Amino acid sequence: MNPEALDVALTMSMLLHAKPMDEIHVMRKVVIDGSNTTGFQRTAVIALNGSITVDGVEVPIEQVTLEEDAGRKTGDTKTSVIFRLDRLGVPLIEVSTGPIIHDPEQAGKVAFAIGRVLRATKKVKRGLGSIRQDLNVSIKNGALIEIKGVQELELVSKAVGYEVQRQIGLLEIRDELRQRNVKASDIKEEFVDVTNILASSQSKIVESALDQGGVVMALKLPGFKGLLKRELIPNIRLGTEMAKRAVFWGRVGGIFHSDELPAYGIDSSHVEEVAKALGCGELDGFVIVADNLDDAKDGLRAAVERAREAAERVPEETRGANPDGTTVYLRPRPGAARMYPETDVPPVQIGQDRLERLWENLPRMPEELAKELETKHSLSPKLASQLVDSDYLPAFEEIVAGAKSVAPSFVATILTESLRSLQREQVPVENVREDQLKQAFDLVSKGETAKESVLDVLRWLAFHPDGAAEEAVEMLNLQMVTKSDLENIISKVVESNQTLVQENGTKALGRMMNLVMAEVRGRADPRQVTELLKTRLEKVKE
Amino acid sequence: MTVQELEGYHGQVLQQLRKSKAKVGSIIRLTSKSGEVFEGTLIPRSEYSDQTHIVLKMKNGYNIGISLDRTEKLEVIGQGEKPHFTKPSPPANHVGLPRVAIVSTGGTIASRVDYRTGAVQPALTAADLASVVPELSAIAEIDAHILFSEYSENIGPTHWKGMAEEVAKKIADGAEGVVISHGTDTLHYTAAALSFALANLPVPVLLVGAQRSSDRPSSDAASNLTGAVALAGRADMALVGVAMHQDLSDHIIVAHRGTRVRKCHTSRRDAFKSINSTPIASYDLKTGHIEMTNGIPKRDKSRKLALKSRFDQHAYLIKFYPGFNTGIIASAVSAGTRGIVLEGTGLGHVSRHLFDSLKKALKQDLPIFMASQTIWGRVDMNVYNTGRDLLNLGVTPLEDMIAETAIVKLMWVAAQTKSADKIREMMLRPIAGEMTSRTLVEAS
Repeated sequence: MNPEALDVALTMSMLLHAKPMDEIHVMRKVVIDGSNTTGFQRTAVIALNGSITVDGVEVPIEQVTLEEDAGRKTGDTKTSVIFRLDRLGVPLIEVSTGPIIHDPEQAGKVAFAIGRVLRATKKVKRGLGSIRQDLNVSIKNGALIEIKGVQELELVSKAVGYEVQRQIGLLEIRDELRQRNVKASDIKEEFVDVTNILASSQSKIVESALDQGGVVMALKLPGFKGLLKRELIPNIRLGTEMAKRAVFWGRVGGIFHSDELPAYGIDSSHVEEVAKALGCGELDGFVIVADNLDDAKDGLRAAVERAREAAERVPEETRGANPDGTTVYLRPRPGAARMYPETDVPPVQIGQDRLERLWENLPRMPEELAKELETKHSLSPKLASQLVDSDYLPAFEEIVAGAKSVAPSFVATILTESLRSLQREQVPVENVREDQLKQAFDLVSKGETAKESVLDVLRWLAFHPDGAAEEAVEMLNLQMVTKSDLENIISKVVESNQTLVQENGTKALGRMMNLVMAEVRGRADPRQVTELLKTRLEKVKE
Repeated sequence: MTVQELEGYHGQVLQQLRKSKAKVGSIIRLTSKSGEVFEGTLIPRSEYSDQTHIVLKMKNGYNIGISLDRTEKLEVIGQGEKPHFTKPSPPANHVGLPRVAIVSTGGTIASRVDYRTGAVQPALTAADLASVVPELSAIAEIDAHILFSEYSENIGPTHWKGMAEEVAKKIADGAEGVVISHGTDTLHYTAAALSFALANLPVPVLLVGAQRSSDRPSSDAASNLTGAVALAGRADMALVGVAMHQDLSDHIIVAHRGTRVRKCHTSRRDAFKSINSTPIASYDLKTGHIEMTNGIPKRDKSRKLALKSRFDQHAYLIKFYPGFNTGIIASAVSAGTRGIVLEGTGLGHVSRHLFDSLKKALKQDLPIFMASQTIWGRVDMNVYNTGRDLLNLGVTPLEDMIAETAIVKLMWVAAQTKSADKIREMMLRPIAGEMTSRTLVEAS
């Protein structure tokens, strides 16, 4: 086990007042979606029973675990999934709160507070995805739903809100099925081959399935009419839920359900015939799948299971978050049974020495950190606190340590307010790496460009992630003007404004200054310009 | 098999657990001196762990280790289930399937995991195997048993002899193919040994192993075993081979010739490669399709197996490297070796500083052979002066035979004859496809 990762996890545990285990045991958690090449994710409990205070309320931290990150899904086809493995095996700390958060807004606040503590360790990488929130949501009579991959803090409360709404919707559907006297056992695993009926349809999906030697299979859903199209959350209907299950278990492209037909090239006569073939009554619905026989059957089996659940309860699931806060079915929720010991990694004893060393070097909490920044770098309280909450604190310290002649408050302002305003202008500032930030300020510190140029340099770098700050300065023509060049420019300006100078003498300084600065702004130190201009004007006077 | 009652616990912890009447599988509540409470199932402890921690599996599935020093109170609050493995029912008999014997020699090619405790139990009987790899019962009528249980690094000439005799017995009993499961580390040495020991084979003999144990989802155990059984039962060939993954996917299982295969990676599933040759057969796990390379000896049940299972361990494989201590040759000679295979550099070279010690050995009529440490390719000692010098001294080049096969062959040859001349003559005579005078470009 990587000792640094373990140290960070222990530090994090201490900051959250959680008690470290005496001995760490690594487990294998089976993951079957392919995101981990070994088929399991390694994970270990580091500490238990901590807490964090948010808005005066103590929120229990049940568990801190150290895990390895999985591959990132970047795309899929019918039979394969494409993963990027660049994050695979990267240490990941999971902080689990107790089930005590009562409203979506509070969930967001707790996530923010935990993020602040994480940042305090200064070991958290900047960028989208480095801090992710997995949400466990349950409501009365509903089920525990795990939502994965909420990347932005702002989405936490939204996703929780949608999930509550979705579960309420599912419970309403269940109640309605009960009123219609539909029981789970009424949904039979009986599939009818409707290939002949749909062969004449205009559906592209049916056509391509049949071209590849596939079939069209149908399943009757007694009492489901009108319920399949019921929207639970934006764009997610019971039919969608069923389709996602079929896709997951049957590897099928999707399903058609009776509430969305006629459509997609399937007309009302087809619908009637299918209903007839299935023996559907007034309130019955159905789903159909076009694919090879095995996959179609597996897909419909998944639909049967989902329909049976609909009649009884909200099923426990792991769901993935969409960018708008809605969620889709990812996979069944795994239980403790998928966990077994990782025999390749011996247990790690956490000695008292290690704990004492970490305790002595415990990073300061955000509030303390802000205070420290205020005094050490003479930052305003607001700027210090913004810096602590930003992803740029480690970069700030690095820059300030190197670029000695740049004011820390200037660096802090650029890293917080200025970068944020660039972001608002849709400049992809997340592309700018730490080393590039450092380069830019170093150039200012060495007098190779003016501090007024920094923002332009960063803007350029955001669009040229492979470039260097020096290159940006050159491309944008932001190099400092040499003294002799500056003298020449001044001479030219003075000569082309002879009358003004003749008439006003040294009193023309202000206006001449403006004219010169217009040519060299960002490339010359105004103090130097004033000095040289004064000397030049005195010469004219003589 | 049950897990020992307090497996892995020693000393003070063991006493404490005994006193509390705790057993592996018991549900325990530990109260620490600072008042924290931990509850979970008592888990066995690994052999080399210290004696001061108790391991619990919490309700959420995670294991944690708690120091006895910190523990105030230890109570058993419930008797959980002991790890257990229910005996699977025997597989259904399919009529008309080929009879394949599976001989197990070690490694856990097929095993079951008790997910609650993590205990692993090897699948040993035909019924066990069928429950772990149910595909098998549709491919062949399986007769499985354990010959011995050894890590492959502990397997040597005596085991080779035992395996060869066991195979002979299975064939005499009417097996239409034999599969030997074996740890992968020395699998290719055993494959070479059996290739020489089992002459005139009527049916195929396939060695199989797993690069990833079956307790991992990435395990290749079941797929390799399936491929090996299918090829042993159905492929029209009669020789010793090694059946393993062709590449990283669970798609094709290839059989390599037993004398021309080598483990070339520590952990990849396609670690086994045919060296200076191509695989002899392949099995498509999806379609069940078998493909054969031309020129492979065919099955013939009327053929009479000739068993020559003796090996003489007085043979050395010595790898040359820069800085090699020339005294090693002399020690090999004084240790009474019957022959030496040198694993030389490149085309078959060793430093001229070895010439004297080699000369002395060769003068005593000790056969010395040359194979290459480059793994792929053929030795050719006529290209450079060093090679010509070595030929002149009397070192015998071994064509395109791989070094590991060469040492196994030397052990086998040394057991067949007492004469040094005969040893040299037999080493250069192809006996089980171990060398060819022509290496094709696609084979290297």
